Amino acid sequence: MSTVDIVSASPGTDATRHERLKDTWGDPPGIRGWFTTVNHKRIGTRYIITAFIFFLLGGILAVLMRLQLARPENHFLNPDQYNQIFTMHGTTMMFLFAVPMMFEALSVYVIPLMVGARNIAFPRLNAFSYYIYVFGGIMLWVAFVYNTGPDVGWFAYVPLSGPAYTPGKRADFWAQMITFTELSALAVAVEISVTIMKLRAPGMSLNRMPMFCWSEFVTALMVIFAMPAVMLSSTMLLMDRLVATHFFNPAEGGDALLYQHLFWFFGHPEVYIIFIPGTGIVSTIIAAFSRRKIFGYLGLVLSTVATGFIGFGVWVHHMFATGLPQLSDNFFTAASLMIVIPTGVQFFCWIATLWSGKLHFELPMWWIGGFFFVFLIGGLTGLMLAAVPLDWQVHDTYFVVAHFHYVLLGGAVFPLFGAIYYWFPKVTGRMLGETLGKWHFWLFFVGFNLTFFPMHILGMRGMPRRIYTYPVEMHWGTVNALETLGASLMGLAVLAFLANVVKSYRSGVMAGANPWLAGTLEWGTSSPPPNYNFLDLPTAGGREPLWENAPDQPVVTGVREDIRAVLVTKPMDAEPDHLTLSPSPTIWPFLAALAVTALFIGSIFTPWAIVWGSVPIAVTLIGWFWPTKKESENKKGMEKWEKK
Amino acid sequence: MRASKYLRWGCFAAVAMLSACGGRQNQQTMLHPVGPMSGRIESLWWFIFVIAVAVFVIVWIFLAGAAAKRKVQEQLPPDVYPDPSYEQKLLRRVMVATGITVIVLFAILGHSVITSKYMNSLQSKNPVSIQVYGHQWWWEVQYPNPDVSQWVTTANEIHVPVGVPVVLQTGSRDVIHSFWAPNIHGKRDLIPGQSSALWFQVDKEGTYRGQCAEFCGHQHAHMAFYIVAETPEKFQAWLEQQKKPAPEPSNDVLKHGKEVLEKGTCVMCHTVRGTNAGSRLGPDLTHVGSRLSIAAGTLPNNAGSLGGWISDPQAIKPGVRMPPNPMSSEDLQALVAYLQSLK
Amino acid sequence: MGEEVIKRRELYVGDLPTVVFGHRSLIWWGTIGMMAIEGTMFAIVIGSYFYLRTRTTDWPPGLMPPALLWGILNTVVFLLSVVPNQITKKVAEKGQLGPVRIGLVVMCIVGVANLVIRVFEFASLNCQWDANAYASILWFLIGLHTVHLATDWTDTVVLTVLFFTGPIEGKRYMDVSENSDYWYFVVLTWLPIWFVIYFAPRLL
Repeated sequence: MSTVDIVSASPGTDATRHERLKDTWGDPPGIRGWFTTVNHKRIGTRYIITAFIFFLLGGILAVLMRLQLARPENHFLNPDQYNQIFTMHGTTMMFLFAVPMMFEALSVYVIPLMVGARNIAFPRLNAFSYYIYVFGGIMLWVAFVYNTGPDVGWFAYVPLSGPAYTPGKRADFWAQMITFTELSALAVAVEISVTIMKLRAPGMSLNRMPMFCWSEFVTALMVIFAMPAVMLSSTMLLMDRLVATHFFNPAEGGDALLYQHLFWFFGHPEVYIIFIPGTGIVSTIIAAFSRRKIFGYLGLVLSTVATGFIGFGVWVHHMFATGLPQLSDNFFTAASLMIVIPTGVQFFCWIATLWSGKLHFELPMWWIGGFFFVFLIGGLTGLMLAAVPLDWQVHDTYFVVAHFHYVLLGGAVFPLFGAIYYWFPKVTGRMLGETLGKWHFWLFFVGFNLTFFPMHILGMRGMPRRIYTYPVEMHWGTVNALETLGASLMGLAVLAFLANVVKSYRSGVMAGANPWLAGTLEWGTSSPPPNYNFLDLPTAGGREPLWENAPDQPVVTGVREDIRAVLVTKPMDAEPDHLTLSPSPTIWPFLAALAVTALFIGSIFTPWAIVWGSVPIAVTLIGWFWPTKKESENKKGMEKWEKK
Repeated sequence: MRASKYLRWGCFAAVAMLSACGGRQNQQTMLHPVGPMSGRIESLWWFIFVIAVAVFVIVWIFLAGAAAKRKVQEQLPPDVYPDPSYEQKLLRRVMVATGITVIVLFAILGHSVITSKYMNSLQSKNPVSIQVYGHQWWWEVQYPNPDVSQWVTTANEIHVPVGVPVVLQTGSRDVIHSFWAPNIHGKRDLIPGQSSALWFQVDKEGTYRGQCAEFCGHQHAHMAFYIVAETPEKFQAWLEQQKKPAPEPSNDVLKHGKEVLEKGTCVMCHTVRGTNAGSRLGPDLTHVGSRLSIAAGTLPNNAGSLGGWISDPQAIKPGVRMPPNPMSSEDLQALVAYLQSLK
Repeated sequence: MGEEVIKRRELYVGDLPTVVFGHRSLIWWGTIGMMAIEGTMFAIVIGSYFYLRTRTTDWPPGLMPPALLWGILNTVVFLLSVVPNQITKKVAEKGQLGPVRIGLVVMCIVGVANLVIRVFEFASLNCQWDANAYASILWFLIGLHTVHLATDWTDTVVLTVLFFTGPIEGKRYMDVSENSDYWYFVVLTWLPIWFVIYFAPRLL
C-alpha cells in the first residue's frame, strides 16, 4: 500500500462520521443490548468488575482466616469451615481473580485500543468467554454458600480429593469450576493472540509493539499450552469420582503423583500467566512517567519470551518434598534459578529507564515503587525455595505462604492497582482522587508487609500452612496477632480505594484524552473511548506512536463506516492485508454459555448430562454460526475476491 | 562507600531480627538444628539469606538514587530520541549487572547441589531402621525386627539414639501426609502407593516436636509427633520395654479397666498386645502409658486429658475418626487407670 | 463550511480483498489456536499413558490388548479421506459452489463411516474403563479423539446444509477451507493415538 496525499476519502465531516460509526458499532438499546453486546470495552469492563468482586470476596475470606488464627486455640471457625474457607480463598484468588483480571480483563479492554483496532478478534467468542467465566464463579460460590464449598486446598491433591476421602459434591464443584474458568481463559487466549497478530494498526510492526501487548501475547501463548494440563487433571479427577476410573488410584495401577505433575505443569506457568501481564504494566507505566521510551526494549521482549519458555520447565520445584530422584531435583533447581536471569534483565532495564528519565510521580508510580519493594522480596525468597534442601524445610509452611503472597501481590496486585490508577481516566473519563489514592497506597503497603513479612519467620519457626489452629506452647500467637492487624489495614485500604472509585466516578476531575501525555495508541482517542474506538484508524510511526508519529502521520481510510468493516494486517510488519466484517451483536453466545453451563453442572450429578446436554449446545452453536440475512448482505456488499 | 555501610548495617539488623525470632531451645524450628542434616540446611539458608539481603539493598540504592536524582515536578515532554552514547553506557551497566546475577546464581546452585549431595551421603553407614506411616490424623511408628514377636509398633513418638544414622522408611495408609521435624531434617511427603527413605541423625539429646506439613483433611492441624533422642543405652532400654506385651493388671481397678477395654468398642480399632484388642485401624496402645502425649500431640498424657479424650474425642479434635464413648464414670476411671499403667 | 477541506495524508485500504484463505484469514489463526490447545491435550494424555505405564510391571495389566481389525479399518478410512478433503478445500478456495456441495456431502459420509467404525473400535478395546488405570487412560484417549471427530463431523453437516440452503457468500468458502484444515488435524492426531492405543500394549 502506498501512502497517497489525497483529500479525505471518508465522506462527511467528523461529526457526521461520528454519528454513523456510533450507529454501526452500537448495541441494541436497553436490556437487549446488555445480553447481546460484543463490544470489547463493555465486556472488558464487566470482566474487570466481576474479577474485582471476586477479589473482594476472596479478601473477606482472608480476613476470616486471619481472625481465626489471631490467637492460639481459637474457636471462631471450626476446622470444616476453615478448610472450606482457605480452599475458597486460594481458588477464588487464583482462578476467579488473578488470571481473569491480569489476563482476560485487562487484555480484553486494553489490547484492541492499544493496537488501534475497532474491536477484538472473535468478539462473540469473547462474550461467550465472559459468560462462562461468570457462570463458573457463581456456581462455585453458590455451592460454598450452601455448605458445599471445596475443602481440599486450591490444588486439590489426590487421594484426599478423590472419591474415597471426600465424598459428597464438594470436590466436584471445584473440579468443574476449573473447566469453566479454563475454557474462558483459553477462548480469550485465542482472541488476544489473533488480535495482536492480525489487527495491529498499519506500521505497528512487531518491533514497535508496546510492551504490554508483548506481555499479554506471551501470556496468551502460555495459557494455550499450560491450561489444557489442568483441564485434563481436573477432568480425570471428576471421572475418578463420578464414573469410577482409576487414574489416581494406586490400588488399580493409578498414581497420585501423576495428578501433581499435571497440576503443576499448569500451576507453575500459571504463576507467570499472572505475573507477566504485571511486567507489561510496569514497563508501560515506567515509560510514561519517566518521559522516555523504555530502555532495553529488545532485552525486555526477549526476557518476557524467555520467562514464558522457562516457566514450563520448573514445575517440579513444587514437588521437591515428594522424594523424586536427586538428579531431577538438581535439574529443576537449575531451571528455577535460571528464570531469575530474564527477571533480572527486566529489573535492570526498568532501573536504567528510571535512572535516565525525567521522573514524574503520580499515583500509578507509587504502585510501581510498591511493586519493586514487594516483588523483589518475593523473588529473593524464591531463590531460597529453588534450593532443594532448603525447600524441604520451608515447603508447605508459612514461609511459602509469605513467598507466594509477596510474588503474586507484588507481581500482580501492585501493578494492577497501578494499572487501575493509570487507565481509570481512559475507561471513565475521570481521574481517581489523589488524597484517597495516597491513603489507599500507604495503608495497603504497610498492611501488606505487616501481614506477610512475619510469616517468613513463622514458617521457619515450624508453622505449617493450612492448619486451622495451633497450640499455645508453640509461641506463634503474638506474630499471628500482628499479621491479623496487618490484614485489617489492607481491608481499610481496599475500602479507601472503593470510596475513591465511587467518588471519582461521580465527580472526579475530567481527564481528557491523554491526561498522562503517554505515548501508546489508546490515549489517542477520547476518554471514555467511543464504541468504535477510533474516528480515524491510526497508523504507528514508532513504539510510542503518540510521541513519535510525524505531524502528518497518515490515517487509514477506505474502511467502510456504515458496516462493521475492519482492517486486517500482516503478522510481522503490520502491512494492510485485507478487510473483513466484524460480527454484530447477538444473543447466541449468551445462550450457548447457558447451555454449556447446564451440561457442566449437570455432569456433576450424572454422566448422562454429557449426552442430553450436548443437544442444546449444538443448537445454540449452530444458531451462533448461522448467518443472518442482513449480515450476509453486508458481507456480499463489500465482498472482493483476490485476483489469482 | 555509603552504600556498603548501609549494606552492612542492613544485614546486621536483619540477622539480629531473625535470630531473635528463631525461638527458644527445643522449639519446632529450622534455626536450631540438632543434627548434621538440618545443620547443613541451616548454613545453606544463611548463605542465600545474606545474598538476598545484599541484592535487595543494592537494587534499592539504585532505585532510590534514580528517584532522588531524576525527580521533577511537572510532566516534561517525552524523550523520544535519548542520547545514544548515554544509552550505550547504560547498556554496558545492565550487561555487567546481568553478568553478576549469573555468577551469583551459580554460587547458589553450587551450594545447593553440594548440600543435596550431602543429604544422601549418610546412606553407607549401618543405620537404625524405623518405619513411619501417615494416617488421618496420627503417625504409626514401627521398629522392624526379623523376629516378628520382637517387632515394635507405637504411635506419634519416635525414639532414636543420638549420634547414630537413622533411616525412616515412609509410607501412607490413606492420603498424602508430610513428615517434618524441622530441628532434625527437612520434610518428606508420605504418598500412598509409594515408599521412600529419609536419612538423618540427631546429635543432641532432647525431645523435638514435628508435625504433618501436607494438608490431609479435617484435623491436619492436630497431627504432631515427638522425636525423642536419647543415649544409645536409654534407647535400647526403651526398645526392649516396648517389645514386651502389655503388663498384667496388678489390682482390681486395673483389672476392671482391662475388662472395659476388652468388652467395649476400643477393640474395634486398637491393639493392646497381650489382650484381645488386636485391630489396627487406630494407634497401638500396648505402651500408651509411656508416651508423652495423646491424640497425636494434641493433649498431654495425663488422667484428665485421657478421660476427656475417651469420652468425647469429637469435642477436642472435631472430625477425628474416633467416636464418642459414653460410659459410667467408674468404668472410665478404671479404663484411664489401666491405660496409664501400660508403660 | 463546504469550502473547508482538511488535507491530511491517508493510507487508503479500500481496494483490499475481503475473501482470503490460509494464514491470511483470521479464522485460520483461530483454528490454529484451537489446534494448539487440543494438540497439547492429546500430547498430555499420551504422556500420562506412558507415565502410568511406568507404575506397573505388565502392560496391559491383566487384560488383552485391543483387537486390531476395526482400528486398522478406521485408520485406512481416515487416510483415504484426505483425498476428498483436499479437493473440497481447493474447490472452496476457488469459490465453486457445485463442487463444494459435492465435496461436503462426501465428507459427511466419510465422517459417518468413521463414527460407525469408531463404535466397533470401542467394542474391541477388550476392557471397560473402570477395570484399572490402563483401561481408564485408554478410554480417555480414544474418547477425547471421538469428541473431536464428532464435533468436526457436526460442523461439516451444518456447513453442508448451509451450502444447500444459503445464504452463501465468500466468508462461507473460508469456513469450508478451515473446516478441511480441522479435518486434517483430526486425521493427523489420530495416527499417534491409534499407535498408542493398539500397538503400545503389544510393544511395551
